[in-house]
Order: sequence, then C-alpha cells, then structure tokens
Amino acid sequence: MTAAPSAETFPVWLNIFGILISVVVIAAGLTWVERRLLGFWQDRPGPNRVGPFGLLQVVADMLKLFFKEDFIPRFADIPVFVLAPVIVMATMLLGFSIIPFAPAIGIIDLNIGLLFFFAMSSMAVYSVVLGSYASNNKYALLGGLRAAAQTVSYEVFMGISLMGVVMLAGSFDLRSIVLAQQGGWFVLPQCVGFAIFLVAGIAESHRLPFDLPEAEHELTAGYHTEYSGMKFGMFFVGEYLSILLISSLITTLFLGGWLGPWLPPILWFALKTGLLVGLFILLRAALPRPRYDQLMTFGWKLMLPLALLNLVATGGLLLWRAG
Amino acid sequence: MESVLARSEFPPSVYASAAADFIHDLGSESSGHTEFHYWLQPDVAALPTPFPTLWTGSAQLLPLLRWLKSGISRPFAMLYDLSAIDERQRQHRGEGPTEQPASDFTLVYQLLSLERDLFIVIKVALDAERLSAPSITTVWPAANWYEREVWDLFGIDFAGHPHLTRILMPHTWQGHPLRKEHHARATEVDPFTLSRHKQSVEQEALRFHPEDWGMSRASDTSEYMFLNLGPNHPSVHGVFRVALQLDGERIVDAVPDIGYHHRGAEKMAERQAWHSYLPYTDRVDYLGGVMNNLPYVLALEQLAGVPVPERAQVIRVMLCELFRIASHLVFYGTFAQDVGQMSPVFYMFEDREKLFGIVEAITGGRMHPAWFRIGGVAQDLPQGWDKLITQFLDYLPARLREYDGMVLKNRILQKRTRGIGAYDTKTALEWGVTGPGLRATGLGWDLRKKRPYSSYDQFDFEIPVFDGGDSYDRCRLRVEEIHQSLRIIRQCVDNMPSGHYNSDHPLTTPPRKARTMEDIETLIQHFLNNSWGPVMPPGETCAPIEATKGLNSYQIISDGNTNSYRTRIRTPSFPHLQMIPKLCRGLFVSDLIAIIASIDFVMADVDR
Repeated sequence: MTAAPSAETFPVWLNIFGILISVVVIAAGLTWVERRLLGFWQDRPGPNRVGPFGLLQVVADMLKLFFKEDFIPRFADIPVFVLAPVIVMATMLLGFSIIPFAPAIGIIDLNIGLLFFFAMSSMAVYSVVLGSYASNNKYALLGGLRAAAQTVSYEVFMGISLMGVVMLAGSFDLRSIVLAQQGGWFVLPQCVGFAIFLVAGIAESHRLPFDLPEAEHELTAGYHTEYSGMKFGMFFVGEYLSILLISSLITTLFLGGWLGPWLPPILWFALKTGLLVGLFILLRAALPRPRYDQLMTFGWKLMLPLALLNLVATGGLLLWRAG
Repeated sequence: MESVLARSEFPPSVYASAAADFIHDLGSESSGHTEFHYWLQPDVAALPTPFPTLWTGSAQLLPLLRWLKSGISRPFAMLYDLSAIDERQRQHRGEGPTEQPASDFTLVYQLLSLERDLFIVIKVALDAERLSAPSITTVWPAANWYEREVWDLFGIDFAGHPHLTRILMPHTWQGHPLRKEHHARATEVDPFTLSRHKQSVEQEALRFHPEDWGMSRASDTSEYMFLNLGPNHPSVHGVFRVALQLDGERIVDAVPDIGYHHRGAEKMAERQAWHSYLPYTDRVDYLGGVMNNLPYVLALEQLAGVPVPERAQVIRVMLCELFRIASHLVFYGTFAQDVGQMSPVFYMFEDREKLFGIVEAITGGRMHPAWFRIGGVAQDLPQGWDKLITQFLDYLPARLREYDGMVLKNRILQKRTRGIGAYDTKTALEWGVTGPGLRATGLGWDLRKKRPYSSYDQFDFEIPVFDGGDSYDRCRLRVEEIHQSLRIIRQCVDNMPSGHYNSDHPLTTPPRKARTMEDIETLIQHFLNNSWGPVMPPGETCAPIEATKGLNSYQIISDGNTNSYRTRIRTPSFPHLQMIPKLCRGLFVSDLIAIIASIDFVMADVDR
C-alpha cells in the first residue's frame, strides 16, 4: 500500500482534500443537473430561478436543509438513526480514494483497489438497512428489507462481472487496469461484463429501474421516510455520490479511464463519467419500475449465470491464448 | 305558485317498449310466486328514460330481488344503485291511481338488466318507528357499501349486514345527515367547540384496531404487519385510505376506508336552487368537468319536459368528449407514473393543457366550467372554435402513437400490469362495475350506444373492447376510447347544426330575454326564473350517462319547489373501490398500486 509514483506530482494533502471536496460539490451539483436534464426531457424548464440557469439552486437547497429543524422521531433508535446517513457519505467518499482520475490525480493506488471498492459498497447498504430499522416506520422497514435483499443479490454478480477485467489486466489495482487498456478499452472484449456491471451499478445506487428501496409510489419515500433536514440531505447527496462513483468506476474499468487523444487526461475522465451520469438520469426519465420479485428473478436467473458464463469464457480464452 | 308551474310534456320515448316488455314479463312470470307481492307505480314508466317502479314490503324484498336477479327471463344482473329517501316532509306523492304507499323512509334499489337495456326501481316503504330492512349483501356483494351509506346518512338498519358501520361520516358523528331534521349548515347549530374531553374521544376513535376492520393480528405461523396506506399517499389519488394486512410484502387482506372527501353534495342539493346547484355537480368527478352537468340537466329536462335544440345537444356531446379525453389522459399518465414511469405524465398533462385551452376559449372555465344549463348550454360557441378543435384533433393522434411506444409497449410495464387485478364479466356485474372496467372484461356495453342520450345515436363511433379484464387491458381500453372520442369530436366539428344554443321553454336557465319587454307573461316568467330560479314540476326522474369512469346518474325528486327534495348521485367510482380487497388478496403491495391506478377513480366521485 504505497502511493503511486505518478501521483506524487501533487502533494498528498492536496490530492486528498481536492478530490473529496470536488466530488462532494459535484455530487451536490448533480442534483441540479438531474433536475435540469429531466426537465429538458420532460418538456418543462426545471429549476431556473436561482442564479444563472438556476445554478445556485443547489445553494438554496442546502441553505434550506441546514435551517430545517433537526427532527428525530420520538420512536426512533436515536444513535443508529443519526449514524445511518453518515455511513453512506463515509463509505462513498472512501470509495473515491481508489479512483485514478488522471495520471497525477488520485488518492491512493491499492493493489487490492477493486476489492476495497466492493467492501465499501457492501458497507453502504448498512446505512440503508440501519436507517430504515432505526426509523421504526413500516414503510422504511419495507424499504430496508428490499434494499438488503437487492444489494445482496446484485453484489454477487457485480463482483463476478468484474473478474473478466481483472483477468485481462492481471491486477486489482485500478491504475494498472487503466494502463492495461492502452491497447484498447475493455468495453469491447468485456462487453457482457460491462453490461452486467452497469446493471449491478444502477441497482447498487438504487436508481430507477432499481429504486425499489425508496419506490415513492409504493413506499412513500422508502428507507428515508422519517428523515428530514441535513440527515436527509446526506442520504440524498450519498445517492449522487454513488452514481458518480459507479460512473467513475465504469470509466476506469471499461472505458479506458483518463486515456484518450488530444484533450488533457482529466477532461477525458470527466467527459466519460459525465456521459454515464447522463445515462443514469435518462434511465430514470424513461423506465418504469419492475416488481420486487421480478427484480430478484432477473438478478439470480439471468444476470448471475451470464456473469459466470462471462467469467468462464474469459478465463478459458486467456488460458487458450497462453497456450 | 301553482299558476307559474310549468307543465311537463314528455315526447314519446323510444325506450317505452323495453319498459312495456318488462311489465308484461313481470305480470306473466311472477304469477306463480307467492313469496312476494309488489305494486307497480303507474306514472314513471312514461318518462323518456322510463324506469318502472315496484313497491314491496321489507319482508318480501329478498325473494323479489332474488327472482329479479335470476328468476325472470333476461334478468337484472346488476345492482346499479341503492339509496333512500326521507319522505316525511314531502307534499307531492301522487294522487289517485298514482299515489305512492305511505312511507316515512323509502329504500330505493335500482337494478340494471343489460339484455333488456332497462333500469328498474324497487322501493320499500319503511315506518319511522321501525327503520329496518333485510340486508341484500347475500344477493349482491356490492350492496355492502351502499347499505352502510344508507345506515350512515339515514340511520336505517339492515338486518344481517356483516359490518354495518359509518362509511362516509366520521365514526363519532351524531345524527344522520340526510334526514330532513339534520342541519345542512354549521350556522344552524351552536358554534363548534373542541373541549379536552371531546378531543381525546376523537383521537381515541382514530386508534387502529385490526379487529374492528375485520382483520386478525396473527395466523398460526406468522404475525401480520398492518400498513396504513393513505389517506395521504403518493399513489392513492386523493384522500383514500387502505388498511393493509401484510405477510411480508404479500397482501393478506385490504380494507378500503373512504369518506375523507365527503362534502355532502346530496345534502347541498336540497338547499340550492335547481340552477345554482350546477357548479356543485362539476366537482363530483372533478376530472370530468361538464360531463358531470349532463346527467343532472338531462334529468331535469326530462322531469320538466324541456326540449333541447340540436345545436345544444351536439355542443354538449363535443364538450363531454373533450373532457373524456382530458380525464383519460390524466388516467394514462398517472397509471404509468404509479408503475414507476416518471415522464409520460408530463407529456400528457401538456396535451391536457392544450385541451383546457380549448375549453377555456369556449366556456371561460377550465376544470369546472359549470357550463351546461337546463335547456341548453350557457353561451353559443365563440368565433374560431372549430379551428382550435381541428388543430387539436390533428395534433393528438401522433402524440398517442408516441405514448403507445413509451407506455403500452414497454415490457416492464406489461410485466407489472398483465394479469394483475383481473376479473371477468360476471364478477364485474356482480360488483356494479361499469364503464371501461366492464368493457375490459370483453363486454361491449356502453350507454352511449345502448341507450343513446343527447344525440349520441347520430354519431359514428365504436366501443373498444378487450377481454383480459386485467389492469393492462383497462389502460389499453381507455387509450382506444381517446381515439373514438377524437372521432366523435371530429364529427361534431364537421356537422355542427345551426340554431339556438338553448331552449325557449320557460324553465330554461337562464330564460331567454328576447320577448320580456313585449308581453307581461314572459316578463314575469323571466323575473321569477332569475330571482327564485325555476320551479320544477313535482316528480321523480333519473337519466344515467356514460361518464368518464362509468355510469353516472342523478336521481332527482322534485316536490314542486325551487329546489330539490332529494338528489341522489350515483357515481361509478364508489362500487369500483369496493372491489379492491377482492382484486389484491395474495398479491404484492406494488400490485395493489398498479390495481388502484388501473381503476381510475376520483375520491370526490366516491365520497360526493
């Protein structure tokens, strides 16, 4: 566990704080992006009143959330209730520490980088489950149950879907994986893995069509029904952090990370990630929500076998090539 | 006052033969049955929409209804409505051969036979000392809520009812609101105060006891979770509550709770003048707009024998179909939204906005124009109306094609709604389901075709039918109905008759002014109709229409006054909601949401 030599051009503290602050700011800004994009797709303006193009809407929302009463229901399990939104923020931010944004930008290059991401994303489900449990609310409970089942099911093949990439790159270290794509992005040889990971990633961040834990039309607000003020804000930003994290990861693993001609590497990274984020939002604008059992069937009966098949095929191919 | 009462002159009814057939069958087929007697009221069968009325005693009610439901040839499969009348202050109850039996409270059962295209009324006279009748829930399950409503609003007891509690009023309510002695306004009683004691009583009454709702807390193997869905919930479309008994996410039982939107529309009708009640009707099915005015004005026109000019009839049809489209668009969008699709509702509301633009140009109002009048409509069509409508007619079909791809052909949506909440035609009739919910079971029964009112027989259109009977088909059917409505509107635009937009009958509201300055009779009539409002001749009437959500009718009793003696509003949504528990048992919470969305109800239409 040593800092990668390429990241040494910036001081470590600048890397750490620069990245953490910018991802939080970008995640908060995404709330505005999402609402504007949805508005655009749905023939309506979206937030356009505060500041130029409504850009300061985020600030206005933050101010509002900060000044709301910090309400904790009488029947809640208070320490857990407070802790839950912190967990989602913390795990998501930790997840960003392994992302190599550009040759010189990135917090740490772990040789178990990908495994660290899995660990963090598994931890994140605790925030939902604990939050819903501590709320002592039936809608929240149903949301928590769904979240637990969904995460458990989808994480299984999420991990397996990435093993093809790991085999091709021969490393769990994300920076090495990016460098291994200099000959060609992994999205082509690993197109099945890419598709599966994309699905799993959407499920992981609880976005439509996998937003069953909060399914507003069924469970009002699902696991965060009882949350308000900045605690709700943390869940909210946590969701966008998770979109951003998944998009960054897809970029890194399948789309060649910062690699690309002409433009500076960080811009390439931002461009690819941005497009993926747009895809997340487009999905939300377009798709209905499947039912809980249909989602499970889809995961266990289609995605998991497909991921295993992909693993076997990739492994077989590599062995065959190696002679 | 008698001198200014208008005479009712009815044009010969095209449906008189259906009524005559029934009366003939009744006489010949019931002769062998000694378990019931009836008295056929002779006067009401002559109305343009005749409804033969039989009086019977409460002891003979069950055998008579059973026989009418399954004994008589071409039987009456549907309990269309069940209500009551407080007759204690009524002056005009017929004379000589038409005199009705003495009664303090009369129960009114309205039955519908699809084969006969006929509505009939069974009346049961009750004495104020002994307000009880046998429950007919064993004959029609749909009677359950209707009997609870009658108990709630009139205090009439139904022996053998499984769960006779208040349904529209709060459980702590004192008195029965539709009784004549019950106050109609808060100003008629002492000012309201909320003492500490009263508050605690009210709050205690809200405590949830599953047993009171007919649910058990646990089975041998598991303890159930009770989920309170509503009255405020994103998917219940208004203030509607369903108490759910859950085993995991699976629904063991569901008990709908209504009444949160009850505004006493029927009670208000007894205070308002005939004309000034019109705006209240708009707010019954608040998505239906002027469609709600139609059964009300049709009933009154029938009662008073007011002829409606052709132009007014076609204008009415056109506006009604515009509102049918508007209502179906809301349904379509919210249906997609309730299964999790976010965008369609925005597109459809935009189309609806265009529609409201047209409605606004024609009527000046948007959702509640209250624009129909007794004898016609409020004004003539504005200049350029046809251009506006033609533009819309050309615009919508392409949009609908887009929505087909977006919503109906979406695989996830199909998986969510196909086979969910399915019922067959027999069940639908049993539960009083009408409108798209009935036609989605494969029965092409539409009142606009079967019993055309307001010149619907002049139009060329089809009745869409699907036979799956599930949530998906209910949605598909409404989309097809939008296309048919467009067709009807196009014909209205192409063939709008010339002539007057309202009748010159003296009871027309507002009365025509043209001759008022020339002769004194017209001046008096005009003055009285504008100050008192029209005085309707005494009598009973009812004219059902095919509203956006099913059959809607106003059963009106006039006592020869400036306001109604009793107005009963039969709405389609009321029986539809009653079916929810039957549809969702054993399914998931998400399925319940899809079912609720597919029913297309409006809580104001349920609670009135």
